[in-house]
Amino acid sequence: MLFNFATVGVFLILAFLFVLAALVTSRLVAPHRPAPEKLKTYECGEPPIGPSWIRFNNRFYIIALVFLLFDVEVVLILPCVVVFRGWAGLWQGWFIFSEILFFVLILIAGLAYVWAKGDLSWVKTTRAVLDTAPAAPAEPIASRLQPAAGAAPGQE
Amino acid sequence: MKELLDQLIALAVEKVPLLGQAPDWVFYLLWMLVAGAALLVYASLIAGITSWVERRIAGRMQARIGPNRVGPRGFFQWIADGLKSLFKEDVTPANADKPLFRLAPYLVFTGMFGAWAVLPYSARLYAADLNVGILYVMAITSLVVIGILMGGWASGNKWGLFGALRSSAQIVSYEVPAGLAIATAVALSGSLSLQEMVRAQAGPLGILGWNIFKSPFALVAFFVYFIAAVAEGNRTPFDLPEAESELVAGYNTEYSGMRFVFFFFAEWANLFLIGAVSTTLFLGGWQGPLANPDTWWGVMIGAGWFFLKACFFVFVLIWIRWTLPRLRVDQLMAMCWKYLVPIAFVCLIGTMLWMSVFGDRAFFGLVAVGP
Repeated sequence: MLFNFATVGVFLILAFLFVLAALVTSRLVAPHRPAPEKLKTYECGEPPIGPSWIRFNNRFYIIALVFLLFDVEVVLILPCVVVFRGWAGLWQGWFIFSEILFFVLILIAGLAYVWAKGDLSWVKTTRAVLDTAPAAPAEPIASRLQPAAGAAPGQE
Repeated sequence: MKELLDQLIALAVEKVPLLGQAPDWVFYLLWMLVAGAALLVYASLIAGITSWVERRIAGRMQARIGPNRVGPRGFFQWIADGLKSLFKEDVTPANADKPLFRLAPYLVFTGMFGAWAVLPYSARLYAADLNVGILYVMAITSLVVIGILMGGWASGNKWGLFGALRSSAQIVSYEVPAGLAIATAVALSGSLSLQEMVRAQAGPLGILGWNIFKSPFALVAFFVYFIAAVAEGNRTPFDLPEAESELVAGYNTEYSGMRFVFFFFAEWANLFLIGAVSTTLFLGGWQGPLANPDTWWGVMIGAGWFFLKACFFVFVLIWIRWTLPRLRVDQLMAMCWKYLVPIAFVCLIGTMLWMSVFGDRAFFGLVAVGP
């Protein structure tokens, strides 16, 4: 097994060297004429506005947190399912099965909690937005908006 | 592989006694380097030819011709493109975080190529057979996420940042249903080693023992895995990270020259990887009619089956890409967390229940297998 792991290690080093060799070759044969205009950050041809490392929505962070919990779960499930095949139908098999069932139910409870909290919805309306939202528009405007609202998803 | 290599070394030492003075690890290292170089060439060929095939198929699907100038039917287009990129200026933006910007293509390529080391191309044809095979594949391909996030963030570009964030959110989300579907396949095969998983899928005709036929839940798990794999490969309909209409090019907006090539090299080589891993997990790997791990011609036929199945997946991926429109980002996340994850849970539990009740029988419990 050590032989196999060593092979994989050699592969990873080779892949790294392959990229290095290609980039060095490119460096030797390709032109290199930097100019201030060329090195400017691309922002659709306009001069860039403000710093590029802007704040991003924290839903990415929440998604990453949820992922972390569920990925640990995969790690915990894998050792159980590896030995399951030989024991399927025996009492050990049923023991593992009930164990995983119980574990998965806990996880599903967690998923249901995140779901109910609205963290799985990309567009989440918070309490603050609801409180400051203007009162519902009068009837004629709402009826005018109706077809446009229906057509919106198609534009994407 | 080690047994075969030991035999070869013994033979070489017998013929040329001088070689006997060299320690064993020299031969081992030599073999590893040769195998690694061979697979690098193989991966390059697959990625290059796939790029040509994809462009030809895309052309046909859109009622145009596609590349047809370089060589017969434009076959050498990928070589021309690669050479052209080699001679292009490699711009590092002044605003970029330069060390990270330069490191990102290494991680993306190494993460993708690392998985090729353990693929079971045939019963005797593989570079390494790790006992934690599929876990290793999941782990090493996660390097790609880090590379993408690193590249997008370090570009110092808003499009790059958005693309990288979307990409990493998407890849890590779809890692969860993919992991659960892999757990289903592991339960059916009883091993993490890719070779052992393929061997466990032996059955009548070489077909009926495939994991997708072991239980109806495994059939569903296969589709869950495939959808998740497409999303992890950032392919249409899940190519939001590089959605041209809104993000210019996503995480590789600021990349040019050879560094840009490596992002796309990894993407195309990844197509074959997706196909190969799906095949190994659910479609019997090198198992097929006339494939036999014990005779040399059976091994060659097995290699043919593996290649054919993986290429079929490559075609399906290209087909999907040029047929379906792109999802919206909220649909993408809803698809993963609200549909695929619960379905994957049901698949895992259902498969284990099925195995407990019906035992290890092929073709939905109808055909008995085993020694």
